[in-house]
Amino acid sequence: MNAPDGWTHKDGVPPTDTNDPDYFHKVVDCQWACPAHTPVPAYIRLIAQGRFSDAYIMNRESNVFPGILGRVCDRPCEPACRRDRVEDEPVAICRLKRVAADHKDDITDRLPKKPDQTNSKRIALIGAGPASFTVANDLAPLGYECTIFERFDVPGGLMRTNIPAFRLPQSVLDEELGYILDMGVDLRLNTPVSSMKSLLDEGYDAVFVGTGAPKGKELNLPGRKEGAGNIHIGIDWLESVAFEHTKSIGKKVLIIGVGNTAMDCCRTSLRLGSDDVKVMARKPRSFFKASPWELEDAEAENIEIMVNHSPKSFVVKGGTLVGMVFETMEYTLDEKGGITGQNVTGEVEIPCDDVILAIGQENAFDWIERDAGLEFGKWDMPVVDEMTFQSTEPRVFFGGDAAFGPKNIIWAVEHGHQAAISIHQFCKDRMVTGRLANEVRLSSTKMGMFEWRYSNSFDGAERRTMPHVELTKRFKDLGTEVELGFTAEQAATEVQRCLNCDIQTVFDAPLCTECDACIDICPVDCLTITPDADEGALRGALETPATNTDQALFVSDALPFTERVMIKDENICLHCGLCAERCPTAAWDMQESKIIIHHVEDMA
Amino acid sequence: MTSFAKPNIKLKNAKHNALGLTRHDYEGAMSTLCAGCGHDSVTACMAKAFFELSIEPHRAVKISGIGCSSKTTAYFLREAHGNNTVHGRMPSVATGAAAANAGLTYIGVSGDGDSLSIGMGQFAHAMRRNVNMLYMLENNGVYGLTKGQFSASADIGSKSKKGEVNIAPPIDPVTLALSLGATFVARAFSGDREQLVPLIKAGLKHNGFGLIDVISPCVSFNDHVGSTKSYAHTYKYYHPAVHADYVPMSEEIQTSYAAGEAVPVELHDGGSILLRKIDEDYDPRDRGAAYAQITERAAQGEIVTGLLYLDESQDDMAAVNKLTDRPLNTFPYDELCPGADALIELQKGFR
Repeated sequence: MNAPDGWTHKDGVPPTDTNDPDYFHKVVDCQWACPAHTPVPAYIRLIAQGRFSDAYIMNRESNVFPGILGRVCDRPCEPACRRDRVEDEPVAICRLKRVAADHKDDITDRLPKKPDQTNSKRIALIGAGPASFTVANDLAPLGYECTIFERFDVPGGLMRTNIPAFRLPQSVLDEELGYILDMGVDLRLNTPVSSMKSLLDEGYDAVFVGTGAPKGKELNLPGRKEGAGNIHIGIDWLESVAFEHTKSIGKKVLIIGVGNTAMDCCRTSLRLGSDDVKVMARKPRSFFKASPWELEDAEAENIEIMVNHSPKSFVVKGGTLVGMVFETMEYTLDEKGGITGQNVTGEVEIPCDDVILAIGQENAFDWIERDAGLEFGKWDMPVVDEMTFQSTEPRVFFGGDAAFGPKNIIWAVEHGHQAAISIHQFCKDRMVTGRLANEVRLSSTKMGMFEWRYSNSFDGAERRTMPHVELTKRFKDLGTEVELGFTAEQAATEVQRCLNCDIQTVFDAPLCTECDACIDICPVDCLTITPDADEGALRGALETPATNTDQALFVSDALPFTERVMIKDENICLHCGLCAERCPTAAWDMQESKIIIHHVEDMA
Repeated sequence: MTSFAKPNIKLKNAKHNALGLTRHDYEGAMSTLCAGCGHDSVTACMAKAFFELSIEPHRAVKISGIGCSSKTTAYFLREAHGNNTVHGRMPSVATGAAAANAGLTYIGVSGDGDSLSIGMGQFAHAMRRNVNMLYMLENNGVYGLTKGQFSASADIGSKSKKGEVNIAPPIDPVTLALSLGATFVARAFSGDREQLVPLIKAGLKHNGFGLIDVISPCVSFNDHVGSTKSYAHTYKYYHPAVHADYVPMSEEIQTSYAAGEAVPVELHDGGSILLRKIDEDYDPRDRGAAYAQITERAAQGEIVTGLLYLDESQDDMAAVNKLTDRPLNTFPYDELCPGADALIELQKGFR
């Protein structure tokens, strides 16, 4: 499907190259949006068939921690979900992942094994978080001797210390980290690395830095020092709670900041004895950094979120924190919702017993000597290659929040996969940039008349609501997981909401008789046959114009009878297969696309 | 194809007509015709035309006879009235209905078998009477429902699926209509919706009988090499001569065509049909010349399409027969049926 000889731009849009692995990959919006490119529709189909273990293993190959991510992933897949564009809510992808993890059988036999002998390459991994564990997961089965250094006495990194147990039970964390440790990974707890130079001197073949962004941001306002005893840095405080050093907090608590850490802080406060928790936001709701579902869960616990309050000072009386002063703000917004101006309209003092600062976090690389051979750049961050994750010291690689600042777990996993490839290439004396290109494999799903090997009929069900532990029961102890997981009925319904975007509409222009049957049957008017023209004109030629230019417009080769082209707006296609069902010549076929994304095991 | 259903998706950017309805509100049950049947395209075009004209679905009447084409009234305008009549008798039922209630929009759907064989007499008289309806003749040259025998519209030399050659001369509904005095005569192709949808709109708004002979290929029995009603053959030889657009009264005619090319013809309802000549020397206002051109070019194998003849000056059946505008169902019973004495009085007048 390449442009014919002599084709020029004045002739219109060239035929779409569907052999480009990215083309069909991009149609699977969830998989494209996932940093680790988890094949979402494929594993949802496995869940639909009750094949939870298979779904789990399929997940694990991409994202390593399905049980953890099925609870606490930032879910970039869901805002991308096509379902969101044909009705109101995306498929509950994240929580379906949890279904696979919760209901799988013992899958230990199916995991990569500790090899009989090592390849004598020694890899030091600093920080026992998701990035380091991913690197170990990828490299240990290949024979690499992986040693993880951890400053605390438990592994997990921020997944352990910052995500409260009521969202992520310790047992889930232990299980999935355990799978990797069983591959022969040497985990050294209570072993902080305090000098990069001396670590490098120990002769490791490669060093991976997965130390996260462990430093909470400070808010230096008047009264900060005087009230220090009751002013806490969010992530440090959560860590202290996780290790049970902190077991209580005052009745009235103010949380400064409105990101996901703030949500964890406010909900944890409720569980440590406070009964009046306010989250203080400087800006209006549209500027909140917390994920919508985390805001929802916090508000369901009667957390009050106060907008347009800018912190001014801490009020300390008799050596005790008694409140905080805020400037009340007013903003003028432009059409797109951006702030064009702000006004202070007054001041207000809000009484409190404790304040938790949750306004961001930073990296801490004081343990890397500036003459260790690593170049430091902007913001005093080490210079790291965005593709290979290699620093300017060839032996040292970065990943997770340590590489480019705070992101999330699923990004840390993908960094880990990429760093593992680079480390492997490096240890083999190959070009570190060497990567295997993605591939796409297509196979027809047709089984007979009206029969496809996927559930093609559109199910109009709405998104299922996650059942939660009753409000009266959930605050008793910190470890009560709030979300109960989908019931069998809910899971059975939710899986049918997936549109199977990986079952592609594949068009073979020479077979087309231009009968228009596909155009007439399409429930979303996403097809038409029209003379080739520029892209704007083609997008306008559809019955429902293809206005979402983020989504591709498929343009076929010239059709046999009229030399017009078949066009398809990928934006709202339901992948229902009706076009292929109605096609008299099988010019349209529904074909499953498998996007092959290589990990280090493919590069041996 | 009853085992799957077309879901009704409320698209966020779907177009709405003046009634606030979407095109999907003008659809009907799932088609059970063969995949790729031209009739399904015609059905979609009819639905679209009614949608674009903002005709309330329940103010439309669909009537059909027997055949693949006649089944299609079930596949659009699910909320309209309809009557699937006896084979070939659709025009009589439509005539009666139009006489009883002139306030509805009538569309008849028929095929070449239903219209040109068993129903030929009915078809001819509906034209002769100038019944105010649009008659869609979905023409594929074969009896698809009985597995592909030649119909009366099959061309000489056209081959059947088994290789048999047709030797009987075809009846051309278009020239037949011209000779019978029809006032709106068009030919179209199911594969050209840009032409067909505006034609249907114009035909629905025309005052009097409108005929659209639509070449609508039968994918199962007449879409092979050697057939003159296949997709391939029709795409190769069809030739648009005159394009017609319906322009409602509320919209000003804005022509971007060279002077003389676009001719507006005013309609009964105050709107107009804008005729745009694609062939300069074709005149859709001259019955004799149109007839000559169509037959001449047909002899060369060319399928001339478009609004081939239009005469808006003739009275329709209701006007000729001085029928009431008022629907009969709105009359009180004793006025509608005044009894035996009134009948006797009436009959006296004829003695």
